[in-house]
Amino acid sequence: MLVSVKWLNDYVNTQGLPPAELGEKITRAGIEVDAVIDRSEGLSNIVVGYVEACEKHPEADKLSICQVNVGETVDQIICGAPNIAAGQKVIVARPGARLPGGMKIKKAKLRGEESNGMICSLQELGIEGKLVPKAYAEGIYVLPENAEVGTDVITNFHLDDTVLELGLTPNRADAMSMLGVAYEVAAILEEEVKLPEITYTEAEEEASSMLTVNVDSPEANPLYVAKVVRNIEVKESPMWLQQRLMAAGVRPHNNVVDVTNYVLMEYGQPLHAFDYDLLETGNITVRNAKTDETITTLDGNERKLSLHNLVITNGEKPVALAGVMGGANSEVSKNTTTVVIESAYFNSASIRSTSKEHGLRSDASSRYEKGVDPNRVIPAAERAAQLLAELAGGEVLKGSVIFDELKREEKVVTVSPDFINSRLGMKIRFEDMLDILNRLQFKTEAMNNQLMISVPTRRQDIQIEEDIVEEIARLYGYDEIPSTLPEAATTPGGLSPYQLKRRVVRHYLEGAGLLQATTYSLTSEKSATHLALKPTDLTRLLMPMSEERSTLRQSLLPHLLESVSYNTARRTDSVALYETGSVFLKGQDELLNEEEHLAIAMTGLWLDNSWQDEKKAVDFFVMKGIVEGLAAKLGVELEFERGEMDGLHPGRTAFLTLEGRRIGVIGQLHPTEQKNRDLKTTIVLELSLAELFAEPTEELVYTQVPRYPSITRDVALVLSKIVEAGTVEKLIRSAGGKLLKDVRVFDLYEGDNLEAGKKSVAFSLTYFDPEKTLTDEEVTAVHENVVQTLVESGAELRS
Amino acid sequence: MEIQLNELKTQALEKIAAATDVKELNAVRVAYLGKKGPITDLLKGMGKLPAEDRPKMGALVNVVREEVTERLEERMEILEEQAINEKLQSETIDITLPGRPVRTGNAHPLTRVVEEIEDLFISMGYEVEEGPEVEKDYYNFEALNLPKGHPARDMQDTFYISEELLLRTHTSPVQARTMEAKGGEPIKIICPGKVYRRDSDDATHSHQFTQIEGLVIGEDIRMSDLKGTLSVFAKKMFGDDREIRLRPSFFPFTEPSVEMDISCFKCGGEGCNVCKKTGWIEILGAGMVHPNVLEMAGYDSKRLTGFAFGMGPERIAMLKYGIEDIRHFYTNDVRFLSQFERTEV
Repeated sequence: MLVSVKWLNDYVNTQGLPPAELGEKITRAGIEVDAVIDRSEGLSNIVVGYVEACEKHPEADKLSICQVNVGETVDQIICGAPNIAAGQKVIVARPGARLPGGMKIKKAKLRGEESNGMICSLQELGIEGKLVPKAYAEGIYVLPENAEVGTDVITNFHLDDTVLELGLTPNRADAMSMLGVAYEVAAILEEEVKLPEITYTEAEEEASSMLTVNVDSPEANPLYVAKVVRNIEVKESPMWLQQRLMAAGVRPHNNVVDVTNYVLMEYGQPLHAFDYDLLETGNITVRNAKTDETITTLDGNERKLSLHNLVITNGEKPVALAGVMGGANSEVSKNTTTVVIESAYFNSASIRSTSKEHGLRSDASSRYEKGVDPNRVIPAAERAAQLLAELAGGEVLKGSVIFDELKREEKVVTVSPDFINSRLGMKIRFEDMLDILNRLQFKTEAMNNQLMISVPTRRQDIQIEEDIVEEIARLYGYDEIPSTLPEAATTPGGLSPYQLKRRVVRHYLEGAGLLQATTYSLTSEKSATHLALKPTDLTRLLMPMSEERSTLRQSLLPHLLESVSYNTARRTDSVALYETGSVFLKGQDELLNEEEHLAIAMTGLWLDNSWQDEKKAVDFFVMKGIVEGLAAKLGVELEFERGEMDGLHPGRTAFLTLEGRRIGVIGQLHPTEQKNRDLKTTIVLELSLAELFAEPTEELVYTQVPRYPSITRDVALVLSKIVEAGTVEKLIRSAGGKLLKDVRVFDLYEGDNLEAGKKSVAFSLTYFDPEKTLTDEEVTAVHENVVQTLVESGAELRS
Repeated sequence: MEIQLNELKTQALEKIAAATDVKELNAVRVAYLGKKGPITDLLKGMGKLPAEDRPKMGALVNVVREEVTERLEERMEILEEQAINEKLQSETIDITLPGRPVRTGNAHPLTRVVEEIEDLFISMGYEVEEGPEVEKDYYNFEALNLPKGHPARDMQDTFYISEELLLRTHTSPVQARTMEAKGGEPIKIICPGKVYRRDSDDATHSHQFTQIEGLVIGEDIRMSDLKGTLSVFAKKMFGDDREIRLRPSFFPFTEPSVEMDISCFKCGGEGCNVCKKTGWIEILGAGMVHPNVLEMAGYDSKRLTGFAFGMGPERIAMLKYGIEDIRHFYTNDVRFLSQFERTEV
């Protein structure tokens, strides 16, 4: 809502406050003033000029040489506007004048001809192009004939004004009008509201003699008021009206349309003007649209109507989409002589759904959607009639044609002063409460320590006691509220075990050198299940903004890998990122199965101490080490199981299982996948944290620090390449019995000195007895048994 | 023989003095005191002396040997020290070369902000509650006093999955769920999480962002309690000298509703580019829980009242660190992320 301060002063005295200060007061009381716009900012030395002569520039087709009377002198000015002509009164920026954006007008020569200033368009005065009347949108603005040559344009044509831009919340529909804002300002400044005085002379003839009104849908349209004004002259509105509309963000058209818009802005009541003759039938019938009915609205679009759309008809065909937009077939034009002014109360839900369905929001529909004041429907119609009589020379027929089933009682809210103070934690005096309600023009009655408050119909947001609490508090001042803390018993706060584990994971991974990333949950259909552990059916949005963000992800990896590529493309060659976040799986439930996952993606070097010549590229085992460390941290036993997955290297992929359940995967990206993403060797992990954290954590039990030494024996084996170290390790462990405390691979060799298809793996075995110092003989006996078992299983001892 | 002995002594002492390193000195030791050295030879040759001369000569040889040995050891000490010094000299390193880096990572800046807020409220006795990001229309809107067709639904453009299922537009459904679960009992929670709105991504808008909300329900919870709580929060989060101010606002789930500004932490309220010359920065929205919301969750709104507040960690991080583009949070540029490594405590 754009509020001209000058216009506002028609209804309430703003006490001459500087606009910024007025804006601050309004903001602090509850309606945020987003901007304070000085309409004359940067404008000076701009006067009314009279174009005495105008001829083509000999050197330039598009330029005209004008002789312009600016009061003291007649100056030659070169003008490039197509609509310039002799005999016009125009806006002249004289040499030394300033225009918005810091432009300064100087004497100049244009193609050899002297120019002493500039003839201006409204855009050049800082008015938005879409608000400039169509006739002047492509050229200079032509002032009315009675404009006095040489006088200041800024003051004479109402540009010396400031506009407050209000950021209205949906509850304050009452402030979508100048009068509504006036009531608010009056309450803040403790001033009176002056309503427009409506007086005009009516014709003898009754409006009802020319027009009949039927309402077939009283639910959706409980009040319809029509007035008939005849013998009007459709022309441009006077400057004051045009400027007020432009200040309010409305484009002037002609006096009839401008009057309906002016009253809309003034009262917040949408009006519509029909050309009486184009209605053809002298009848208005409000009803629901029929199947296959269409209407061409004023914006030139033909719209197919549906049964629940409310339409205004002439008894036969639709002439307006009720409360949203008029029809082209009954539009007021310069040939119009008689108009029907409609002022109606339409049900907000009906307008809302029609406006939404047709993707059409107008100044009218946006007010109906939020609910208009039922008590302003009739005054607004009268106000429009008055202005049409004044500005279009119209003759207003007697009375109105009215259909009225609308209840317009004031809501009564009963509240006690104690309630108000206990909700606020304050001690506002009863008299102060009464004073505030008075300022808001809420009628009050006090009875048995209860306030019975009648809320004016313009404030439909006030429904319950708490609403009154807010009204009192905001006008009393939120700064007056003391600061206290809740008095209830203190409670132990904290994180749940799940949340604590999440932090453990975060700290561990960051300690391991990974950066935490965050990516989007919405992705393309194609990536949604890519690299997913448990792909399910897709979950798509009904109306995505783009295909790229249309579907919920089932794996974190695609976006995490995009982030890795983003970095390598910017020459960060070594990247190690992790993310924790939800994946969204279709399940049995109505809600999706949201599962928190962890993903890691790494590429480039893991270790890089350049000057010491120590470099280590990331590989499968770096990732495996991270996961093993994580499992140890959480006290769970993860198993690695060879596997394959689309997008991963078939020989370098393992699934992670916990208690037999598959909860994750680690692997190297498939070379094709790497190439597509423009990545070098990249290792990834995805793991279900939900599954991992669901495993109960065992109590930490201390075991005594060993009092006896352990003994280490090594064994080097030559194995077939297909034999996995893990298999051998299991064999060793079972053969080693309870004295074998630890088994560790300490060497792997796959080289020339070995037979083809063979590899050498060396294990270090640690033996330990918590009860005593082991003797050499005891260890040898067990170790020989281990070696024997290995040899029997086909391993060869390496000499 | 005595002369011979003295000559030997002189020679040996000269050689000891002339030795320049441990090795040379050891050679001298072997040459003069060794089993095949001249002093040993002399001792061996004592047998040829008359018996009465032997003790005297023996004593003399011993004196010489002791003196040589003593001088040799003195010299050895010097030379050994010299050798150590030379070794240390040769082992000197360039201590300006870079150290072996310890690889560390760090939390995302949003995690950093969220955890700071979580921990602050945990210390005041709050619990952390989380909920689904794909939410039912009921919890996201209806339970929060936003029935279908309510104009305020337009304040939040929503991604729908079906008529009844959507991506939550705020973390408030967690409050609705918690209230329902608590069955009329007092509540003190903080709810962080991801939320989604149907917005085009640009420098100040993101279709996905984070929120953190708080909810307190109990007997006699007053608006002054909200103000006091927010004041504690503002001071802990943005500095002890922060002031707060409340401005009336509107949210369908609270009544009265407010927005909270803090005095600018950059200029202290004098006006600068961070606060857009106003001296105040808008930080969060809050209010007293609307009685309809309490009643819908099964609370007796006459007996228990509450307050709620909510804020955007992105906005807080952007203000606090001067981050110019919200998209940085989701692009994961290492050059951005790694700047949030160091502590601020």
